[in-house]
Formats: sequence, structure tokens, C-alpha cells
Amino acid sequence: MTIQVIALILIMGGIYWLARNTVQNLSELGKDFDFGFLSQRAGYDINQRLVEYTNDSTHARAALVGILNTLLVAFLGCLMATILGVIAGVLRLSKNWIVGRLMTVYVEGFRNVPLLLWIIAIFAVMTEATPQPRDFRGDDPDASMILGESVAITNRGIFVPSPVWGDGAMLLVLTFVASLVAIFLFRRFAHKRQEATGEILPVLWVSLGLFIVPTLLVYLAYSATGARDQFPVLAVGAEQGMTLEEFTDENRNPAICALPRTAAVNLSTDLRAIGQRASIVPVETPADLQSNIESGECVLAVISPEAGETLVAGVEGVALAPLEDTVDRGRPLQFERPQLAGFNFEGGLQLRNSLIALWFALSLYTGAFIAEIVRAGILAVSHGQTEAAGALGMRSNRIMNLVVLPQALRVIIPPLISQYLNLTKNSSLAIAVGYMDVRATLGGITINQTGRELEGMLLLGLFYLITSLAIAGVMNIYNASVKLKER
Amino acid sequence: MSDTHSESALHTAYVRKEMLPERDPPTSQKGAVLWMRENLFSSIPNAIMTVVSLYVIYYILAGIGPWMIGGIWDAESLTECRAIRDELYGHGREVACWAVITDRWHQLLFGFYPQDLYWRPILTLALFGVAVAPVLFENAPRPLLIVTAIFPFVAYFLLWGGSVWGPAAVAVGFILAWAILTYTQDILGSLAATLAAIVVPLLYWLYLVGPVAGWLHGLAPIGIEAVGSDEIGGFLLALVIGGTGIILSLPIGILLALGRQSDLFIINKCSVIFIEVIRGVPLIVWLFTASLLLNYFLPPGTNFDLMLRVIIMVTLFASAYIAEVVRGGLAALPRGQYEGADSLGLNYWQSMQLIVLPQALKISIPGIVSTFIGLFKDTTLVVFVGLSDPIGFSNLIRATSEWNGIYWELFIFIGICFWIFCFSMSRYSQWLERKLNTGHR
Repeated sequence: MTIQVIALILIMGGIYWLARNTVQNLSELGKDFDFGFLSQRAGYDINQRLVEYTNDSTHARAALVGILNTLLVAFLGCLMATILGVIAGVLRLSKNWIVGRLMTVYVEGFRNVPLLLWIIAIFAVMTEATPQPRDFRGDDPDASMILGESVAITNRGIFVPSPVWGDGAMLLVLTFVASLVAIFLFRRFAHKRQEATGEILPVLWVSLGLFIVPTLLVYLAYSATGARDQFPVLAVGAEQGMTLEEFTDENRNPAICALPRTAAVNLSTDLRAIGQRASIVPVETPADLQSNIESGECVLAVISPEAGETLVAGVEGVALAPLEDTVDRGRPLQFERPQLAGFNFEGGLQLRNSLIALWFALSLYTGAFIAEIVRAGILAVSHGQTEAAGALGMRSNRIMNLVVLPQALRVIIPPLISQYLNLTKNSSLAIAVGYMDVRATLGGITINQTGRELEGMLLLGLFYLITSLAIAGVMNIYNASVKLKER
Repeated sequence: MSDTHSESALHTAYVRKEMLPERDPPTSQKGAVLWMRENLFSSIPNAIMTVVSLYVIYYILAGIGPWMIGGIWDAESLTECRAIRDELYGHGREVACWAVITDRWHQLLFGFYPQDLYWRPILTLALFGVAVAPVLFENAPRPLLIVTAIFPFVAYFLLWGGSVWGPAAVAVGFILAWAILTYTQDILGSLAATLAAIVVPLLYWLYLVGPVAGWLHGLAPIGIEAVGSDEIGGFLLALVIGGTGIILSLPIGILLALGRQSDLFIINKCSVIFIEVIRGVPLIVWLFTASLLLNYFLPPGTNFDLMLRVIIMVTLFASAYIAEVVRGGLAALPRGQYEGADSLGLNYWQSMQLIVLPQALKISIPGIVSTFIGLFKDTTLVVFVGLSDPIGFSNLIRATSEWNGIYWELFIFIGICFWIFCFSMSRYSQWLERKLNTGHR
């Protein structure tokens, strides 16, 4: 008890001392402790964002963009690290000598070299050893796109096709969700059936079928009925019978007003095919479309034929007429390919080098640790378990599913989750490649601009702490659920 | 039985009397062929994997082998390197330019440490080897432990230089603590003696060390050339930060782990909060805290070395991780061990020291060493708060006009240096684990 009281007094004294120093230092510097800066204008740009953000947004918004970027790279990293780690861990136990040695080299090589070095090295490969976008130009280019002309690897990042939702996308998503529910219900039913009668239903095949078939059917049906539909292209000041090419000869690089759907993407693809660059002005409602045309924000519009007629009748002060060319309405889900335009690629999704380098380095590095965890987990299941299951007459895949994996997972999951935690925290090394994570936005530029080190670092620490505690909490719940029930 | 058997054997005419010479197994069942059949081509998928792996190995070696072996070792700049390359191999072949290492190795290893004083860090490293030997290997001579005890002060004196009395005066504080703990325990009782052993040296360090060292230096000015913290860089910096962090974090980590396992409510909760907060936040955030915020928490006007701040942060960070590893070891001990210690009448510290910790630490060796490896690798992060570790120097070298555009050679050199340290640590832990594995678990 005496020890406790003394410890309490010492700790309270220490905290009081720190707090008093802080207050004194702050007042000497003429600063206060205030989170008001979060609602001020941020004034800096963020090149990668998952939510809407401009330099007019607030510092809080910038922090949110950073948080989402951190979570994005952490999620992608965990996913790839798990895949790599499981493969490497299993292969390291393989009977094949050379494969086992190769995996040992991978694991020891990555575990014993600082992560920072790997991040910088991969970033150097991405920026120095890849072709520039202009190398893709010409009839006999130095570089070419891969995977059926859909992916371009350049020194400005990797350009991949981006998904675009069209009409009917809602139905597609609903079908997919419904089939997920159906899979869940079927598995429960199969479990009950097995408990009751001992009959084993083909759960895997039915689940796989339910996962793919209904969604695919809806997609095909919708595409078959709708893909041939054509949307008129309405052009400002166009004459009857004018083609798209003739119109764009006069109006170079036109702006397109369109509801954010596949038809607009198809129109911009058509424009790029005739050497024009098109910028899409996204609008939400036909009324916005009308006001944008009237104000001259865009000169081309694409919308369904019925809505088009009302639009032509409705606009005032501008002559709007359909062109000879029409545009495919498009499928419920389409992929927009990146296309070379000028000195860079347009369209599609640009994965920046900073993201790629950080993602790959984090995955390869953590994957080496996960490989060791997986290996230890598999080795922890004694051979007697497999043999006993065999003696009960189980087949090898059932032995794996029902005997080995559940026991191995009990050993694997807790350290695996702490590796995920490490990966999330290590993503703060984004600073080495200029990836705009939460440390770069909230803990970097915001602090520099507002001079609020104390508040900024506090919020940054809190974010990481909450994330860690949340993941650790999930781990504890899982641990409790798989713990061997003893005595 | 054996008699009748041998007799019948003698009388049986058709039994062969002499041994047949041993014959070799068929060629497919021995030597390299058998090994390959078993290990490389035991089944079709296995054979495919072998071929694919061989191709991968060939691809990698064919890619970097000639590049590395054909490298150029003697040049003053990258342009010169390229000129030599074109002269040697003709145009269009890429080879490594190792000349950057031969030209700048001293910066990568020692930073801006004065060149004529390189013997000091090297001597420190050699002494370090002697100092850790009795800790790492049981059969090293015991008297070497004296070197271990004085090593920290000698190392500080050798690396930073200056007056010999500074480190000596600090060392006196530890002797003071030890003396109080040993001789006043009977007079004051154990609790008060422990408190006094903490408070008296602290007061001595805070208020007396400076004047005492200054006075002694005035009496006998013995010292060597002083070297500033900002001149220490490269691997020397990584080793100083990593080494100090490793040595200091183990005792702090063990105390925290004991605190977390303790029944005393306040101590327990404080340890838990400290450990979770430190572990929940990335090291880089703590380093920024050290460089940006520490001045807020200390009395106005205090300003101390950035390197010292970083060492403190790295130590606290590693000790929280060590605490968790040791806690695992403590929790893995059967309750009977704790109860057995109690029933022998040992007090808390005695039972911890004699019964619990030796066993718990043995269980936690792999975790402790992997934390140390992590700590050593994490020393590279100090580059972001402005200290020049090897990666910082690689950036500096790449920014010079002579070596602008070079990167692989530097990365490979730094990577190999780190790899050697980390890999030998992990091998040592595996060796220790095997040695200590007495068969209980």
C-alpha cells in the first residue's frame, strides 16, 4: 500500500510538472491550446484523394483525406502481404528443396533489411527504370501497354482501367447483395441439415455458383437489352446532319455535360479516337445540365433520347441540336481504359508511384514476417492429429479443413493481426516517398502552416492509437472465441 | 539356442560360408540422382515448381550478376565511371559503379567524424565486443564483466571525447546508488533504502555533476579532442542509437512487464497505459514528438541534444515492446513456480530474481531478440528528424554533383551492412534458444 501511495504521488507529481511546463512554454510563445484551426481553409493540394477535396477545403477535411489514404494503403498492404505470406510460408515447408531455399532467401532477405530501404529502393525502380508516357507515342514506340492495351506502366505511375457504373448498376449491386445473403442462408441450412441427418451438401460449389451466376445473368441480360441503345449527342450551335468530327473541327477539345454514367465515358472515348481531348463536367440532375449549357460551361451533352427532347425544348438562348453521330448507352458496369493524350495518359485510374512503392514494400516486408507465422502455425499442429483424423477415415481435404486448419489458425491469427497492426503503423513511412497519408496532411503540412504542433501531433497520435486499440480489441474477441476451453 | 543354430549351420552343406561383397545400389537409388528425384522431381507439380524456380534464379542472376561483377571500383565521379565503362565494355552495357563506395565509404560508416580520429569509434566497437562477450557467451572469462560495467562510460568518453571527468562524475552516481542500497538497508529498511538509492543519485546528477566535473577538470585537465553529436553519422550513428536503445530498453521493459503483471492497482494501470500508448503510435510520430514537442514539456530554456532526445524516444519505444514480450514469458510460467517461490519464504524481488525471471526471460528470448532487430532497423527512421544515418548519407551523396544519379550501389551496400547485423542477431538467438532448451518445453 505504501508503495502504491508513493508511486501515485510520484506519477501525479510528474504529470503536474509536465503540464505546468507546457502551460508556461505555451504562454511564453504566445500560443493557446485550441482546435479551431481544423475548420480553417487548408490551402494546399493533395494529389491523391478518395473523397472530394480542393485547396479551399478545411484542415479537418485534409486530415480526413489523409486518414483515408492511410487506411487505403494499409488495407491493400494487408491483403497482398497475407497472400504473399501464406504462399511463401507454405512453399517454405515444401518438399521441393530448391523452392524451400528460394523462400528462405526471400524471408531472410526482407526481414533483415530496414523497411525504409525497401520503400526507397522500390520507389527508385518505379521512377527511374520505367518508360516515360511519351515513349508510348508513335508508330514504333519504345514502350507499349500490357494486358491487352489496358495497363500502362510509366514513370508517373501505373495507369489501370477504372470501373464506370452505367444504367442498371443499382440492379447489379442489389443482385450481388441478394446472392451474398442467399449464400449465407444456404450455408446455415446445409449446416443444420448435416447436424440433423448427416448428409453433406456441396456447399463450396453452390456458394461459388450463387456468388457468380445471378450477377452475371443480370449483367448479360441488361447488356443484351440495353447495349444497342443509342443516345443522341446534343451540341451547342450544331446544324442538322453534322457529324461529331465536323463539330469538333470547329470546337476543339469540347467540354461534355453528362450525368456521371457510362454514356459520357463512351463519348469521350469516341472523341479521343478522333484526336480530341474531352473534359467531362459532371452534373447531377437534368436541370443542372440545362443551366450548365445555358451558361456555356459545356458545348456537348449526352442524355437519354426522351430527356434529350425536353432538354432541347427547354434551353433558352442557346441553339441545341443533335448531331448525326450517336453514342452507346453502355453496360451496367464498364471499364474505362487509359489512353495516351498529349504527353500523359488520360482516363482510367492512375496509381501513383508513391502508392505503388509504399504498397509493394509494405506487402513484401510484412509478407516475409507472415510467412514465418504461417510456417510456425502449420508446424504447431502435431502430425498425430493428421494421422488420427486419417484413422477416423477422413479424406485429405476434410482433414485439412476440419482438423489441421482450425488448429493452425488458432496459432496463426493473433500474431497475424499484430502484423496487420505493424503494417498500418509502418504506413507512416509514406513520408519517404511523398505519399499523402495522415502524417503528411495532418501531421505535416497542416502543422507547418498553422504552427499547431501540440494539437496536430495529439490528434495524429490519437488516430493511430484508436486504430491500434480497435484492431487489438477485435483480436481479443477472436482469441476469446477460439480459446481452448479448459477445466 | 545359439548352439543348436550354429551346429545346424555347420552341417548344412548348401549354406554359403563366405559373405558376398556389398553391391552398390542401382544408380537411380543413390547419390545425386536419388536426391534430385526425392527433392526436386518427386511429382509432376514438384518438377514444374523446380523448373520455374530454376528459371527465376537464372533470370535474377543473369540480370544482376554481370552488372555486379563487371562493376567499376576506381573512379572519382559517376561521369568518369561511365567513361571507363564505355571504354571497357563498349556502349550500351550497364555495370555497377562501386567507386561510389570506395570514394565515400567513410561517410557511410562514420558520418562527418574527423578522419584522424577513426581509431576511437573502432576501439569503442572492439571494447563493445569484449564487453558483451561475458553477457552473450557463458564460457567467456568472468572478470570481463568489469569491462561490461565500465563500458558505457568509456564508450561515451571515446566517442564524444572532451574531459575525462564528465563520464567519471556520472559513474560516481551509480556507485553512490549501489553503496546506499548495500549499506543503509539495515538502518533504513528496504523501501526507504530503495527510495534513497533512487533520489540521492538523481539529486547528485541534477545539481552536483556539473560543478564536480568542472572542478576536477580544473585540477587535472585530462581529456581528448571533443567531437560534437552532429559529426556522428552513418552506421556509427545507427550503432550508437541502436546499441544504447537495446541496452537500456531491456531493464526498463522488464520493470514495465513486472508492473503490468503486478497486483498493485495503480502501478498495474500506469504500466498498461504507458505500454499501450507507446505501442499504439508509430515510431515516426514519437520521433517527431521528440524533435517538435519535447521543448514544450521541459522547463523553459532547457535545450538538449537532438541525438539524446532520439535515443530516449527509441529506448522508451523499444521498452514497451520488450515489456509485452516479457509479459508473455511471465504469463507462460506455470503458477506453481510463483507459489513455490512464495512457499520458500522469498520476498517479491528475490522470487522474481531467482525463480521467475530466469525462466520467463528464457522463454522470451526469441521475442526479445526480434524486438532488438526491429529496433536496430528502425534507427533508419531518424533520417526524418534530421539526423544523418546511412540512408541520410546516401541522400547526401546522391545530391552531390559527382554522384548525382547513382542509387543501387548505395542501397546494396547499406542493405548488406544492415543484413549482416540483423542476421547474426537472429542466428545468435536461435543458438541461445537451442542451448537453453533443457527439455522442459
